[in-house]
Amino acid sequence: MILADNFSWGTFPDAIRFIGNNPGLLWHKSLDQIELSSAALGIAIAIALPLGVVLGHYHRGSFIAISVSNIGRALPSLVLIAFGILIFGIGFWNNAAALVVLGVPPILTNAYFAVDTIDENVVEAARGMGMTDRQVLTRVELPLALSLIFGGIRIAAVFVIATATIAAIAGGGGLGDIIVNQATYRLSGVVAASLCVSFLAFAAAFVLAVTRKVLTRSFVSHD
Amino acid sequence: MSFYNPQTTPPPVIPNFGTGSKCEVENHTFCWGWVQHHWGDTLQPALLDHLELTAIAVSIGFAIAFAAALLAYRYRRLDQPIGLVSDFLYTIPSLALFQLLVPITGLTTTTVEVALVSYTLLILYRNILDGLRGVPAEVSEAARGMGLTPLQTLFRVDLPLAAPAIVAGLRIATVSTISIATVAAFVLPKGLGYPIFTGIKQDEFKTEIIAAGGLAILLALTADALLVVVQRALTPWRRA
Repeated sequence: MILADNFSWGTFPDAIRFIGNNPGLLWHKSLDQIELSSAALGIAIAIALPLGVVLGHYHRGSFIAISVSNIGRALPSLVLIAFGILIFGIGFWNNAAALVVLGVPPILTNAYFAVDTIDENVVEAARGMGMTDRQVLTRVELPLALSLIFGGIRIAAVFVIATATIAAIAGGGGLGDIIVNQATYRLSGVVAASLCVSFLAFAAAFVLAVTRKVLTRSFVSHD
Repeated sequence: MSFYNPQTTPPPVIPNFGTGSKCEVENHTFCWGWVQHHWGDTLQPALLDHLELTAIAVSIGFAIAFAAALLAYRYRRLDQPIGLVSDFLYTIPSLALFQLLVPITGLTTTTVEVALVSYTLLILYRNILDGLRGVPAEVSEAARGMGLTPLQTLFRVDLPLAAPAIVAGLRIATVSTISIATVAAFVLPKGLGYPIFTGIKQDEFKTEIIAAGGLAILLALTADALLVVVQRALTPWRRA
């Protein structure tokens, strides 16, 4: 099917007009996408963060951390979504599962290396001051590891939002519904939705940066 | 529920439910017969296209990132702006970036390559620069003291010492590009993503999805393993 849309810069003003004419539609689809992405990212963090931090704390399992990230990277998002369709059928949970699989590796690897590579002397000093194992972890290692940990979460968040868009082919809803439906929404609608997706990704990165700052400040002012 | 709408001429209808084997008609988990029958007309061309998309993207991305990293290594204040631009490009979701380029470059290979190249930039730039900065200052100083020119120091001392970090970046960039190139099928009937799409559209024809998806994963793992070999060959002193 050849579409009558012209490829020209004029599409961009058209896309802005599309946003102005369909704020409800885009808002609704954005919310769907935020719902799917945050569910997946939340589950991925809940799995990967404690595991990475604890493995790093005991300096065990570098093999796991490295292999998980290597294998995770080699799994194309589209392939995961497609395999998800075969295993779970079409719907929210198929996509959430695929997105979790994508989100875990960067979070796990970064958390592991963030804690694992902290200067031995600092940790020794903390123990020498009489801190318990738990205190070393929460008061020394976590604050020092924060920036790398958030780096991993940020990569995962961008991955998850990007892939949640692709999930439209598996009934994922969200802005991808518009992007894969050029016949209905024309190129201007597709470009408008792409702008919204990009905006979501940047918003997520921004929220994470702010969260990191707030957390750092609370760690510093704690005692 | 919405399905991918082809923006280009429709592909040959695969599988043919009318005349396919029993396995294909009943859509069993995996039909070897189909793979053998369609290797030549579907899977092999997709695999070769995928290789081509990846190779071009990583080469161009490496050339740009290499130049940018050398500049930032020499002129420190360039680091932040270059880093910000590559970070910005990396944050745009792949499917969105492909579509945002369509009005400018159309449904062409250029669209796909521009997007793929921009994703390699952040990874390669960071790794090359970190590798160069990781070279101990004494070593560079010693090289200069022995009478090497700055250019000689760069090529004979700094870059060889930075090689492990650079190849590590190449590994990540290559594997990520192989992964993202599957998404290119949204705008171009090329690469391993395309048979996956076709498979999903043909009532979720399992064999085609599994075969093409498996090939994509295999390609990524093979490329990664090959680059490990390159890494070893480039740094013989590390094999003590």
